[in-house]
Amino acid sequence: MDWLTARVISKRDETPRVRSIVFDCPMWKGHMAGQHVDIRLTAEDGYQAQRSYSIASSPEDDHLILTIERLQDGEVSPYLFDELAPGDELEMRGPIGRHFAWTPETVGPLMMIAGGSGVVPFRAMLRHRRANHVVTPARLVYSARTIRDVIYREELDDIEGPEGTEVVLVLTRAQPDGWKGFDRRIDAEILSEVTWAPGDKPKTYVCGPTAFVETVANCLVDLGHEPESIKTERFGPTG
Amino acid sequence: MAIISRGFIGRRPEVDPSRLPPGQYVAHDFPVLSAGPTPRISLDKWRFEMTGLIDAPRSWSWDEFNALPSETVTLDIHCVTKWSKLDTTWTGVSVDTLLEGVVTEATHIMASSYGGYTTNLPLADVMGGRAWVATAYDKQLLHPEHGGPARLLVPHLYFWKSAKWVRGIELLAQDQRGFWERNGYHDYGDPWREQRYWGD
Ligand SMILES: Cc1cc2nc3c(=O)[nH]c(=O)nc-3n(C[C@H](O)[C@H](O)[C@H](O)COP(=O)(O)OP(=O)(O)OC[C@H]3O[C@@H](n4cnc5c(N)ncnc54)[C@H](O)[C@@H]3O)c2cc1C
Repeated sequence: MDWLTARVISKRDETPRVRSIVFDCPMWKGHMAGQHVDIRLTAEDGYQAQRSYSIASSPEDDHLILTIERLQDGEVSPYLFDELAPGDELEMRGPIGRHFAWTPETVGPLMMIAGGSGVVPFRAMLRHRRANHVVTPARLVYSARTIRDVIYREELDDIEGPEGTEVVLVLTRAQPDGWKGFDRRIDAEILSEVTWAPGDKPKTYVCGPTAFVETVANCLVDLGHEPESIKTERFGPTG
Repeated sequence: MAIISRGFIGRRPEVDPSRLPPGQYVAHDFPVLSAGPTPRISLDKWRFEMTGLIDAPRSWSWDEFNALPSETVTLDIHCVTKWSKLDTTWTGVSVDTLLEGVVTEATHIMASSYGGYTTNLPLADVMGGRAWVATAYDKQLLHPEHGGPARLLVPHLYFWKSAKWVRGIELLAQDQRGFWERNGYHDYGDPWREQRYWGD
């Protein structure tokens, strides 16, 4: 798979620690919602580093968008977050990871469970659903620390409703005054309330830090979901 | 031709760079890559089976498997998601031991796992002291997140080839794609040639 040149068009603050980067990548051949890219940075002396990032844009969007959480002392994410500027180029290849892709032909309700930046591939799925007027129900359960850490907040508010899409926020560290939603880490009780019953045959996607994905996937199996109906993407190596 | 990233310095590995395949970095924890939930396997039901193009199929229970001669090896592992872990210690049964005396025309194998995953390898790559079925990591029973009770260990290829929760090996007359390979990952997966994806 070839390395392609991608040029930064713009950057946008999503939260204090998360930025989206909009790229122009003329040779890009398209992707499925849920897939990721590899990016490669090269230092002046030739040293290179690669990392994977989920694609936040949907296949029909004009540009490729990545959403990067800045990890303290990380090698690559602080560079992308702080230094990379409009006009800069970097190398990218993909799309990768058909195992985590969702297409409009997928049968059954779409259940998405995200921890932190694990929401990124689900933005692509939600936009792709809307663009294709998919009316099978979809539900995003999204765990963030505080309301300020919710990525794509306005877009999620906006996407809720029309085509049977629901968004359930879970705020684990602090909650705004009058918060009526869940206020603790996702557990079996929360999952039994917010997920469809196994009999409804949902297609479930879980994405986030390794420990989050492990806990959620185990709870879902305990609740009677078929392991084959659960797809996971673990962002590691944190947690 | 690579694009130089202005102002990118990076973190040079604190190990001998000749031990790191291209595009890899050294991880200190042990990240997890898998496409679904961690399967639960009870040891009384666990079996390891060798089937396919073989004169007589073979099968071992957990106790029988653990009675086979085992080896403890220390080696480096390389995951396609870019992390490498150096000097990891594993205990397991060499695939040579499992294949001892087998008569076969096979050229490839398909390793399959509890949970339904599969991965393909050339038979020669799991012979000659290059592959094990590991049951312990760092002298401890292998944790389910990392593939316990038993996983294949083929350290000279990307780590998805080291099938977690392995339940058997099928001997094949020709190459066939496994789960990851059908989903875009390379058929062979040599980290030193950076064979991560289709077409690499
Ligand atoms: C399929 C996939 C999709 C992904 N999608 C996204 C996405 O959409 N958005 C996103 O933000 N991320 C995503 N990730 C995660 C991403 O690939 C990187 O892992 C992440 O950006 C961290 O990279 P880094 O170079 O900044 O940190 P790294 O340098 O890799 O370090 C990670 C953490 O470990 C710590 N650490 C590293 N080395 C050491 C050391 N020697 N000693 C102590 N601590 C250390 C760092 O401080 C840091 O907190 C994805 C990962 C995968 C596998």
